[in-house]
Amino acid sequence: MSLRSTGRALPTLVRIGLAEAVAYRGEMLVWMLSTTMPLVMLALFSAVARDGPIGGFGQADLAAYFLATFVVRQFTSAWAAWEINYEVRTGSLAMRLLRPLSPVACWAVENLAAMPLRLVVVIPVAAIALVTVGATPFAHGWGNAALFVLSLAGAWLLTFLVHVAIGTLSLWLEQSLKVLDVWFAGYLVLSGYLVPVAFFPPALRETMRWLPFRYQIGLPVEILLGEHGRAETLSLLGVQFAWIAVAAIATAAIWRRGLRRFAAYGG
Amino acid sequence: MRRYAKLLAVQIRASILVALQYRWDFLLEGGISLVLTATALTPLVVVFGQRATVAGWSFGEALVVTGFFTMLGGVLEGAVNPSLAAVVEHIRKGTLDLVLLKPADAQFLVSTQRFLPWRLTSVLVAFAIFAYGFHRIGRAPSVGDVGLALVLFLSAVVVLYSLWIMVVSAAFYVVRIDNLTYLFSSIFDAARWPASIFRGVLSFVFTFVIPLALLTTYPAQALLGRLSGATFAGAIAGAGVFAFVGRRVWLRSLARYTSAGG
Repeated sequence: MSLRSTGRALPTLVRIGLAEAVAYRGEMLVWMLSTTMPLVMLALFSAVARDGPIGGFGQADLAAYFLATFVVRQFTSAWAAWEINYEVRTGSLAMRLLRPLSPVACWAVENLAAMPLRLVVVIPVAAIALVTVGATPFAHGWGNAALFVLSLAGAWLLTFLVHVAIGTLSLWLEQSLKVLDVWFAGYLVLSGYLVPVAFFPPALRETMRWLPFRYQIGLPVEILLGEHGRAETLSLLGVQFAWIAVAAIATAAIWRRGLRRFAAYGG
Repeated sequence: MRRYAKLLAVQIRASILVALQYRWDFLLEGGISLVLTATALTPLVVVFGQRATVAGWSFGEALVVTGFFTMLGGVLEGAVNPSLAAVVEHIRKGTLDLVLLKPADAQFLVSTQRFLPWRLTSVLVAFAIFAYGFHRIGRAPSVGDVGLALVLFLSAVVVLYSLWIMVVSAAFYVVRIDNLTYLFSSIFDAARWPASIFRGVLSFVFTFVIPLALLTTYPAQALLGRLSGATFAGAIAGAGVFAFVGRRVWLRSLARYTSAGG
């Protein structure tokens, strides 16, 4: 499981991931359709904002926010927890462990390789956003755009690590998807996915600043729309990467201890 | 008819016996249901923190819709989902043969094969939401309205079940379907809002294609005593249409079943 052998296998892994994404394109479309929640929220909040802005957001701001949320969601999706649960239950994780590659790296590459195909759906939505509300990633300068990309990468990494950690819990719990459901419930509300962080009362906003959820999706959206000054952006990015470090350490610990418990059933 | 009632009793008893083996699940499901409800209520609280009414709905009234959403979610998770998810598995493995061989209606058998009684804890949570909603409104629903709401809730269950049986019927054509069910639940999520909030295309889709209004808004309006007789009749007729179409689709799809090895 050395880093070098994983590095050497990387191009092949990417190619496999791309091929898989193309083969299951119908399935992916359905998955993407199930992430249209921000658009429903957009309709809802637009109804509320019809007679005056809410929380400093007018109709156009709301449209920009939720379209951006939809786009960011596509690039911060992870599904490793389902994958791991399935492989643990069927015992096929054993096959993965036999390979001289880190399974975590394999899942990460499979996940990332699906992103290019998602662009096909994302581009039209982004185009609509561009035309209707004039939101562009460069509206607030190239520096801001770079920070956006950084926070987007961080958001995916955090989501992915959480998925691996929760997925690995299935080695103790047999089924850890319930845990994922609870995490997802927190994510829905406390991340800015369904309700922009700016709409919450100050005390709750302060709590959300220190919880991990916002760094899974809310932060990239906020940076993209230029909601914060440079200093605040950098400080939020600092919290994001602190969470990534915590998640990485926790995930590594859970993974190592979990593997010791792994008994490949059947097979 | 009596035979089917007896069969249903047997199937439910079997499910309850299984559930009693996993008593701790009661606490787990109850806890999860509370967490999910709390998160479901947050957007509502935020929205009504900004406005006293949205599209003619006050906070208390919108809570009644959320109550029906929670209750229907419990029924979906406890009584509809488990059975029909098992059907997909039957189709994939070819074990549907064993069901078809039995001397009873196949749709009835597959739809009642599995219940998860602990999931019904959501119904308790729903009653708490109703109580708080009506406390906010400042009055209690009349007995007649409760009766109407109950009838509409039953028709909502019929609609939900029929939609589900149509989704499951798709499994006869395309085998990979677990993500279709996921899509279904994420669309169902929009039913937690009063349907009249949506405008334009969404309003059309949520009334006629995926009748979210039928699922939660009409029962809530009935409980609030705001439902017109015409809407009531329309809702019942709509449920009838959905049940009929669901049955036809199931029979047609079943005819395509070729059994997989075995």
